[in-house]
Amino acid sequence: MNIFALPKLSLRFLPIWRRHWLVWKKIAAPSILGHLADPVIYMLGLGYGLGSLLPEMGGMSYMAFLAAGTVCYSTMNSASFEALYSGFARMHEQRTWDAILNTPVGLDDVVLSEILWAATKSLMSGAAVLVVIWVLGLSHSVMSLWMIPLALLIGLTFAAIGLIMTALAPAYDFFMYYFTLVITPMMLLCGVFFPVTQLPESMQAVASLLPLTHAVNLARPLMSGIVPPAAILHISVLLIYTLLGFYISLVLFRRRLSR
Amino acid sequence: MSVVIQAIGLQKSYGSHRVVDGLDLAINKGECFGLLGPNGAGKTTTLRILLGLIAPDAGAANLLDLPVPQAAREARIRVGVVPQMDNLDPDFTVAENLLVYGRYFGMKDDEIEARIPSLLEFASLTNKRDAKVPTLSGGMKRRLTLARALVNDPDVIFLDEPTTGLDPQARHLIWQRLHELTQQGKTLLLTTHFMDEAERLCHRLAVMDNGKLISQGSPRELIEQNIEPQVVEVFGETSGSWASEHAAKYAQRFEVSGESVFCYVQDAQPLVVHLQAQSELRYLHRPANLEDVFLKLTGREMRE
Repeated sequence: MNIFALPKLSLRFLPIWRRHWLVWKKIAAPSILGHLADPVIYMLGLGYGLGSLLPEMGGMSYMAFLAAGTVCYSTMNSASFEALYSGFARMHEQRTWDAILNTPVGLDDVVLSEILWAATKSLMSGAAVLVVIWVLGLSHSVMSLWMIPLALLIGLTFAAIGLIMTALAPAYDFFMYYFTLVITPMMLLCGVFFPVTQLPESMQAVASLLPLTHAVNLARPLMSGIVPPAAILHISVLLIYTLLGFYISLVLFRRRLSR
Repeated sequence: MSVVIQAIGLQKSYGSHRVVDGLDLAINKGECFGLLGPNGAGKTTTLRILLGLIAPDAGAANLLDLPVPQAAREARIRVGVVPQMDNLDPDFTVAENLLVYGRYFGMKDDEIEARIPSLLEFASLTNKRDAKVPTLSGGMKRRLTLARALVNDPDVIFLDEPTTGLDPQARHLIWQRLHELTQQGKTLLLTTHFMDEAERLCHRLAVMDNGKLISQGSPRELIEQNIEPQVVEVFGETSGSWASEHAAKYAQRFEVSGESVFCYVQDAQPLVVHLQAQSELRYLHRPANLEDVFLKLTGREMRE
């Protein structure tokens, strides 16, 4: 069993995805509240509070500016939490993976199901925030419907990257490094709360390498009804992060579980 | 008799530590085969290799005539596993655990639903169908794990310490069920620390230590081949000094462990007569059992 082999994909991930869905259905109410409360409070608090001091940002009201960023970062957060904390619980704490791996389902299927499930939760989280945005009238464009597939793509990206951490983690404490050193900086550097162009050039260069920047660069025009400039580039960057994250995490899981 | 689980010269090392060291095994269809050994002997690693979960460094393994790990997926369609540590889904009810697990074998929902009542009955969990897993006792969880391992109606069942941590009642119920499975013609491979469990359930046994097989046979054969037929245990504060003065006269072999002396003899009569005259000593005369064999083969010192 070569740990560097390319993933073998099959539909065997589906029963695992259905298992996660059945668990989620049992805790749907608090889960939806969790998806919504944090991002909406940020958006409304900063949008009204800070927004009243700012005439506009990037050619729109600050609240509308914030709306696009909020969808992106809440999507990033829900995929990351699912891939790290819940994924680790299933792999290590509850040994759900061990139970599954004793069946004809393989590790490649398990890892794929984790990524797709975390992306599913991102999709739900992004859609929930989007509904609030529409209700508040912060986006009127039909183009904003493209935010739904985008939420899925952002979810795939951050689930795949996050699983690398899960594969390396000795315990839950380890995840604090990732959230403090990766997720929080991305939230502040990638154009969620203010345009990246406000940053010094060196920091802009760093931001341009981060996946959330590309997500925001797609989201903001879509919310205003504009075809995003350089859309192919941004989508490609997110896809490359997704594929690399999937492959690297799979190799690390194979190494970890071959003991 | 056809061989359904086979190991030829298996080797597996972690770092410089050789966990499995040249292991040969052949387990026949319909057999209940026990793998015994102290902690760290390599039992679980052997099971994981035979299931195709990890690749051996050398040697070959076959499961149901398929080479593993190469064809492990095909082989595992017809295999059930009861792992050492419970890994039931805590968020689900008893019936949901069976449903979700059956799907991993590619079974259709109605096909699984049709099997659930008989699985619950087998596990004596019919009235717990809708109970959540955290509300079950340890014995019920084990039985559910056993039922889950049978969801795909497997030909071969792997059981890694199936009764560890259970009370005697729960253990006896599991034994009864495992016995029923062998009567149905299923092949069982189990690991255990409990010699009474092995003696009661297994047609054949293998004792493992340091990754090697050190003895193999039926429980009766293992006792006959490895040890004197009679054991006299001598207890008391003065047992140590008694042992150094007298034990060798009466016993072919004896071992001192704390305040107990274990005397292994062909004929216990002279020793028993002698002990009846020693008022400060107590003794227990019994036939040799598997535990005596196990301790002789693997030593009395603690592991890990």
